[in-house]
Amino acid sequence: MTAYPSLDTAAAVQPVDRRSRTERPKQRRRSGQRPSIALTVVMICFAVYALLPLVWMLINSTKTYEGLLGSFGLWFADDFALFQNIGEVLTRDDGIYVRWFLNTIVYVIAGAGGATVLSALGGYGMAKYTFPGKKVIFAVILGAIAIPGTALAVPTFLMFSSLSMTNTMASVIVPALASPFGFYLMWIFAREVPTEVIEAARMDGSSELRTFFTIALPMMAPGLVTVFLFDVVATWNNYFLPLIMLRSDELFPLSVGLQAWNLEAQGIQGGAVYHLVITASLLTVIPIVIAFLALQRFWQNGLSAGSVKG
Amino acid sequence: MSTAPTVPEAPPAARARRRQPYRWTGVWFVTPFLAVFAFVFIGPLAYAVYLSLFQTQLIGGTSFVGLENYLAVLQDENFWDGAARVSLFLLVQVPFMLLISVTAAMILDSARIRGIRFFRISLFLPYAVPGVAAVLIWGFIYGERFGLAGNVNDALGADIVTPLSPEWLLVAIGNIVTWSFAGYNMLILYSALKTVPTELYEAAALDGASAFRIIWHIKLPAVRGALVIAVIFSIIGSFQLFNEPSVLQTIVPNLISTHYTPNMYAYNLSFVGQQTNIAAALSIIMGVITAAIAYAVQLRGNREALR
Repeated sequence: MTAYPSLDTAAAVQPVDRRSRTERPKQRRRSGQRPSIALTVVMICFAVYALLPLVWMLINSTKTYEGLLGSFGLWFADDFALFQNIGEVLTRDDGIYVRWFLNTIVYVIAGAGGATVLSALGGYGMAKYTFPGKKVIFAVILGAIAIPGTALAVPTFLMFSSLSMTNTMASVIVPALASPFGFYLMWIFAREVPTEVIEAARMDGSSELRTFFTIALPMMAPGLVTVFLFDVVATWNNYFLPLIMLRSDELFPLSVGLQAWNLEAQGIQGGAVYHLVITASLLTVIPIVIAFLALQRFWQNGLSAGSVKG
Repeated sequence: MSTAPTVPEAPPAARARRRQPYRWTGVWFVTPFLAVFAFVFIGPLAYAVYLSLFQTQLIGGTSFVGLENYLAVLQDENFWDGAARVSLFLLVQVPFMLLISVTAAMILDSARIRGIRFFRISLFLPYAVPGVAAVLIWGFIYGERFGLAGNVNDALGADIVTPLSPEWLLVAIGNIVTWSFAGYNMLILYSALKTVPTELYEAAALDGASAFRIIWHIKLPAVRGALVIAVIFSIIGSFQLFNEPSVLQTIVPNLISTHYTPNMYAYNLSFVGQQTNIAAALSIIMGVITAAIAYAVQLRGNREALR
């Protein structure tokens, strides 16, 4: 089916499996129907709308500043300057872009990685144990899913500045560590781990933590990847929080750095760097789009789990 | 004495051994998450409530003022200006976006097109584009100098397409938000549609139900739960609007005021105006309004589902 056979088998364990069984006969039955031209045209319009800005970005990142001003937006200029632009982006201001890229990687690995681990532990604890106050705690966490990061950002900044924690890498990483949505998804995936297997490990004298790492966690692997992906995108795209937390540009993630360059381009002398802002945007978008395309299946896992049980 | 612990006491002892330790191990599993959660969710919220009840002045220092900050926000025209703008945005953009999402999900689910995989991923792709990059790309496309809007106007020889004019700016922002999230909502709705048992469609088709009737009576009720969730998250997103107008502000500084949305106002109050107490009160008011509307939508959605 896909180029990633290992992912297929991994995903087969999970809740989606139930649905794919009902889906298959439906598609077989419907393949008898003729494709509708009207519906296809509508979908093509939607796809053009979705892809057009990305195509525009791709085309215009190949232009010099002069080419940008002197050519039609959806076609190439006379000179092809993509590699020259990339070179300029990477070396500008002593290679600050590379620095921002590495910062983003640190934020993603520490923030999204940490959030996934905490969610997995917590979701498993919530699904497989009973303890006092469990229901209340769960209700509070579920309610927090609806609190958007932008609403919390200013209060978090105010609290962090009273603790002298602003303008540090920790000020971006720590808020990313708690992901109520990741917790909720991990709880869904942890519930699918059979209790009998855990009981059996207990009988064999395995400690609770060891049972979790050697037995439950491998069974939750597809869910783990899904939650990690959601957290990676959230961290990679995070803008408001680092914008207010960070003052030194050597701590910026890509999103804030991009906007800093844009500000510069809008300035009076800055006009000549527009083409670099476009190329820098392209370089920011590419890694996350690759991660997206390569791991599509896991997105669908998470979205269907979230939509059906939520 | 030592004869007692034979048969009758063994089961409780065994039960205690099996249950008690596990009870508290569960807490240990949840504790790391809860500790961080308390620090970055509960902490800031509590701190914001605390701040909103005080006032710091150059002379006299910090003093308790009760609900004065809240009254100040509610009497502030700038706040209402922003609140009215995001409400208008919500009423127009959210239905439009969800109409696209529902339509696309229904078409995908009908299986009457080829290339389902291609369309699914194409429409979802904008969600992966970082918000700042999305605003920059669209902002450039909207531009007169080298954007597509400029190209179209050059071709027509007149300024007809002007997304970055005062009349069209909110629409231009709505378009960026729609572009980013329509595909995401489509996939959520599509996942919900896939849970409908195939037999239901077969039975309806056998009974001679038209495609329209199947959509109205089977498919729309099936996605109601997912739709309610999408509506709630879109309401929250609209009321918290910040990234798009604030990045666009650098492109068209004259058109976007510091109080364009309530969230931008809160940001500017605390960072430019140093009025953190007022900003905290404003954040809480917006949070309460958002929660109230989201709750009303959920109640209404559930009530209709029961009918």
